[in-house]
Amino acid sequence: MNAFAGTGTLVRLAIRRDRILMPVWIVVFAALAASSAAATVGVYPTVQSRVAAAEAANAAPSIVALYGPVFDPTSLGGIALLKMNAFGALLVGILMIVFVVRHTRAEEEQGRLELMSAGVVGRFAPLTAALLVALGSSVLLGAATAAGLIGAGLPVGGSLTFGLMWATAGGTFSAVAAVAAQLTESARAGTGLSLVVLGLSYVFRAMGDTAGDAGPAWLSWVSPIGWAQQIRPFGGDRVWVAAISVVFVLLATGFAFALVQRRDIGAGLVRPRPGRAQASPLLGTPFGLAWRLQRGTLLAWSAAYLLLGAVFGNLASSVGDFVDTSQAREVITRLGGVKGLTDAFLSTEFGMMGVITAAYGIQAALRLRSEETALCAEPVLATGVSRPRWVASHLLVALAGATALMALAGSVAGLAYGAQTGDVPAELGRMLPAALVQLPAAWVLTGVAMLLFGVAPRWVAVAWVALVASLVIGELGSLLSLRQTVLNLSPFTHVPRMPGADFALAPVLWLVAVAAGLISLGIVAFRRRDVPA
Amino acid sequence: MAASSGANETAIVISGLRKSFGATVALDGLDLTVNTGEVHGFLGPNGSGKSTTLRVLLGLLRKDGGEVRLLGGDPWRDAAQLHRRLAYVPGDVNLWPTLTGGEVIDLLSRLRGGSDEKKRAALLERFELDPRKKGRAYSKGNRQKVALIAALVSDVELLILDEPTSGLDPLMEGVFRECILGEAQQGRTVLLSSHLLSEVEALCDRVSIIRRGRTVESGTLAELRHLTRTSVRAELGASPVGLDRLPGVHDVLVEGSRVSCDVDTPHLGDLLRELTRLGVRDMTCQPPTLEELFRRHYADDRDAEGPRPAADGASRVAASR
Ligand SMILES: Nc1ncnc2c1ncn2[C@@H]1O[C@H](COP(=O)(O)OP(=O)(O)OP(=O)(O)O)[C@@H](O)[C@H]1O
Ligand SMILES: [Mg+2]
Repeated sequence: MNAFAGTGTLVRLAIRRDRILMPVWIVVFAALAASSAAATVGVYPTVQSRVAAAEAANAAPSIVALYGPVFDPTSLGGIALLKMNAFGALLVGILMIVFVVRHTRAEEEQGRLELMSAGVVGRFAPLTAALLVALGSSVLLGAATAAGLIGAGLPVGGSLTFGLMWATAGGTFSAVAAVAAQLTESARAGTGLSLVVLGLSYVFRAMGDTAGDAGPAWLSWVSPIGWAQQIRPFGGDRVWVAAISVVFVLLATGFAFALVQRRDIGAGLVRPRPGRAQASPLLGTPFGLAWRLQRGTLLAWSAAYLLLGAVFGNLASSVGDFVDTSQAREVITRLGGVKGLTDAFLSTEFGMMGVITAAYGIQAALRLRSEETALCAEPVLATGVSRPRWVASHLLVALAGATALMALAGSVAGLAYGAQTGDVPAELGRMLPAALVQLPAAWVLTGVAMLLFGVAPRWVAVAWVALVASLVIGELGSLLSLRQTVLNLSPFTHVPRMPGADFALAPVLWLVAVAAGLISLGIVAFRRRDVPA
Repeated sequence: MAASSGANETAIVISGLRKSFGATVALDGLDLTVNTGEVHGFLGPNGSGKSTTLRVLLGLLRKDGGEVRLLGGDPWRDAAQLHRRLAYVPGDVNLWPTLTGGEVIDLLSRLRGGSDEKKRAALLERFELDPRKKGRAYSKGNRQKVALIAALVSDVELLILDEPTSGLDPLMEGVFRECILGEAQQGRTVLLSSHLLSEVEALCDRVSIIRRGRTVESGTLAELRHLTRTSVRAELGASPVGLDRLPGVHDVLVEGSRVSCDVDTPHLGDLLRELTRLGVRDMTCQPPTLEELFRRHYADDRDAEGPRPAADGASRVAASR
């Protein structure tokens, strides 16, 4: 049988399955780029104002690390889309990773590929179909974004290369996910492995971009995010750099196909070892089970937070060195601060970590739903475990895990920054509360996930929409000059901007109360519904 | 020890149970009574509502109407307490990919209130299960074994099993039967949903057959057999006439001195007397099989089989339309 037989059918099936989700994301990305471009056009009317802002940004290692440099200070697109370059490429990468794993390893894990392969579907067809749709979606996403930017009034050439940049990011990480999905045995592990590669790409790029002339600037060039960014939209438009990504996609997909050729359906290449014949004493309660199922994920997150905390703590000290012009201050203030450049930087970073922590909380809470749909909740709920107790076990992992992550990042940042200023206890005393104060807002989003799980279990994915909305409001709210009522919708709007601003008890208590209310409502609703539903 | 609490009460009483999923009516006035200490077979075609009934019994699904009593309690309200006294094997067994079979067995039995080490080892041995494999590495049959052992190690009053042998090879099915008979001897109640007629015949004291969410037959195997026809073939001394006018005799086929027919089992005696009068040279009597009974109920409304014989003793719960 032809190894590619049935690819067309699978392509249509994949398009049908994601006919709503994928177009929505494409529009969200295009709109995100276009709206931040449109918002900046009025802010920097003259070349001088742009150069001032861009040079200020380029001189701040923290900003370069986070978003990359502005390659052409005179261009409007360069400064307008600073936040969208590498960071946007990262988000596009996440989208494509989730998509490819969802249509390859996840299908296989649930036994659907086995059914199909027994029919008229060739060995390579599922992977080919997933890649075709992912690459096609990447191209569409790039085209839609370019159109949006042109519509927002940016130059045509730069807009097209910007679209190309995002499309290459989508393509490279589709290929990364294609390989990871063959190596691992579960969708969760496949996504995890791909995200690790993505995270490392981002860190390598950050290190390369901040290296300076003497440092290892080449690190940006071993990173797929770096390849995308080095296309330099609005800063040289080096279309040829995209060839690197194209070659990478070809090599990686070739490798993925070779792996498919070599392995059995359902298996990964990494063979599982035999485990314990008897359960440890810990594995005898619902919480023991939840912990066992989620500890690996939490451990991986902890490693990432350790790194993030250290990076931010170290960068914070260099913020002070940064050229002290009035324009620079203005830019920093506009990029989201209140007083004191270092504190502004740190409070921004802790705010962003708060949003990321909310993502952790949502995915940990939604483990409830994946346990339910995998029919793994049923045997547990058929024992002496009550529904609230089962829910509480996973929620505890979500809420306490988030707390542990922020505590970890806060202490490490405090230690790292304190080691540079020479006063560890003082900095620790400032950083730890600044990190922890983000938690109630993250818990609110865990509450949203729990409420959906109880009330509308088929719609739990809406929790992610709430998270993205919070992220957009927080990142772009001031840039887009959204109204306060809209800003207030994000729980993170209400978080005291520490360090710098004073701690305020009232908003924190309110957030905790809202989170508790959402969680309670979710539990009440869950007690009254069918399982599985 | 097993059937200690709730001494003589009926283990399960369901009457008029209704449950719909949106527009689909899964259960439409279902009745089921399982006495304490019996092995009760629960039969019905695909999609007839067996798994749905069991899930309502476990308080996983919320009933739309009717009465359900489980071990003297309300399965929706008192779910967690009642569950300590029973063990359940779901129809679709899915194991956690990162947990080994041994861990799953320990986990589920601990969540139910503990297990018996010796029994665990014995069951692992009898079912020839390697407890060190991870969930994903088990075949369908071995996943089923994990779920079965997890249910059997617990010291409970009631076992609720949803097609527990789907996926087991014939040898392992034999082991399963021995285990269930052993549990029954210790006084445990078993509710067993199944498609395997031989299994039901070998294990069950009483049987309920459902179709489209309603109970259509319920009784002991002997009572149900009574509802079916025996097929008779005979070589006679003379060519028979008027056999089809005898009560309860159907489908008479005469070829010279040879005759074959079906007879409602309660009227078997009448037919035999008539045949003996004609002189029997050779005769085979096919006893009624459960299979015939099932076929009658499983075959949709198409079954225009003529009127059913009256039920002697078997409770005719709901007439099928
Ligand atoms: N969660 C659900 N949502 C919608 N319909 C359902 C759901 N669960 C069951 N049904 C429907 O209810 C009916 C009864 O299903 P059930 O699983 O109880 O049948 P069953 O007797 O166990 O069948 P089988 O012998 O195939 O296991 C079927 O028509 C099924 O499609
Ligand atoms: Mg079933």
